[in-house]
Amino acid sequence: MHPLLADLLAHGPVVTDGAWGTQLQARGLAVGEFPDAWNLTHPGSVEEVARGYVEAGSRVILTNTFGANRIRLAEQDSAIAGRVAEINRCGVEISRRATGACAKVFASIGPTGKLLMSGDVTPDEMSAAFTEQAQALAAAGADALVVESMCDIEEAKLAVAAAKTTGLPVVASMVYDHGKNHDRTMMGTTPEQDAVSLAEAGADVIGANCGRGIADFVTVCRRLRAATGLPLWMKANAGLPELVQDRTVYRTTPEEFAKHVPALVAAGAGFIGGCCGTSPGFIRAVAAGLADSSQ
Amino acid sequence: MQDVKPLYEAVLRGDAAAARAITEQALAAGIEPIRVVNDYMVPAMDEVGRRFECNEYFVPELLLAARAMKGALELVRPLLVKSGIKPLGKVVVGTVRGDLHDIGKNLVSAMLEGGGFEVIDLGVNVSPEKFIEAVKSKNANIVALSALLTTTMPAMKLTIDAFKTAGMRDQVKIFVGGAPVTQKFADDIGADGYSENAPGVVGLAKLHTGAAA
Repeated sequence: MHPLLADLLAHGPVVTDGAWGTQLQARGLAVGEFPDAWNLTHPGSVEEVARGYVEAGSRVILTNTFGANRIRLAEQDSAIAGRVAEINRCGVEISRRATGACAKVFASIGPTGKLLMSGDVTPDEMSAAFTEQAQALAAAGADALVVESMCDIEEAKLAVAAAKTTGLPVVASMVYDHGKNHDRTMMGTTPEQDAVSLAEAGADVIGANCGRGIADFVTVCRRLRAATGLPLWMKANAGLPELVQDRTVYRTTPEEFAKHVPALVAAGAGFIGGCCGTSPGFIRAVAAGLADSSQ
Repeated sequence: MQDVKPLYEAVLRGDAAAARAITEQALAAGIEPIRVVNDYMVPAMDEVGRRFECNEYFVPELLLAARAMKGALELVRPLLVKSGIKPLGKVVVGTVRGDLHDIGKNLVSAMLEGGGFEVIDLGVNVSPEKFIEAVKSKNANIVALSALLTTTMPAMKLTIDAFKTAGMRDQVKIFVGGAPVTQKFADDIGADGYSENAPGVVGLAKLHTGAAA
């Protein structure tokens, strides 16, 4: 195991962070506005979000760079379309200002939004975009890289391989929200299949994020634990989103969310956090839950 | 007697080469083009949709089958046009304003084309005005709206309202879909239909255009 990961995991499961999008929206990010651009235009607000999680107890926080690959940036305003290196560098620097020495910065790499199977992009174009982003994040001083919210194992494999070119530890996290039991990705692969593919691609940590709520995550975690010896990364949503009077609302409370933590730990989770709809309050509840169960 | 049954299997399996080859042979043997489509291709796509809804097929199987159907249909279409047979309907498809996600929308387009509809795909971040303009210029009778974010769902209501304001609401059937969209939301905003997944849109479209289900 990479020494950074071994150190983190030495004293039990590690609290990661929660959602950034909803936190930025609470600070004025408009509907349809590209969150990563705020690294350039509103770095102070992005730093507030990062600090919020550090103060809530996150020992690992991510970066506001989920969409900052060349392919997704090309869809944005021409003012930011070419600024891959800058957006990623600023993202890492902002998170680092928030963590200081208190927490680690695991930089976020999200999907390109294109489907390889439809020929939207070639594998080479996709690899190049992920490599460019990964290198920029590493050069800015990220402690590790998180390839997250992946719905297509073929894309995830390319992203992991690209991330590994930096020499940093790499987390690979998939979205399981299809199939009768919400245990398949959109493309139909299972946790067992993905564990093999991702380990082969060089992932140091394997896991799941987003999805349809934390209850499903315990089973996914158990199945990953049975399929791999690598540390496991779990970041569930606070339930399913609802549109209530034009605002997005997630129904799961921090307390309900944290109730699942002991089961996740028992199922083998090493890194526990939240995805869409979660907030520093959720992370405080998770941290408290972990502190209780370690006594 | 030409055996066209393997065409059904070829589309179901997503075997584009076999689907084309069998279709070529069937047409050369004088089988009526509309029979090739309605008796073999369409039932195959219906079965693909059913398997997807039963969680037996996933996106890759859908894409392969739609591709096989589309390739075979390319051989048949000129003959259908020549004999005056039109597509089942014209569907304007797009992801609503503010939303750049297109995978779901692309699946819907593929399934509708495979299902015998003509598709006008407007892409992503499509304004209500652009939907209206496309319906007018292409004489479309169906509009399919996609959104992947709860925050862009309100644009679906704006689009429907824009059709009302333009006095065109009764000319089209408007369907909505996307991960956060629900039947309740569709009812609340006055949509004509909601589908939980891409194959379901084909059934909706057939229902509302009076085509045989």
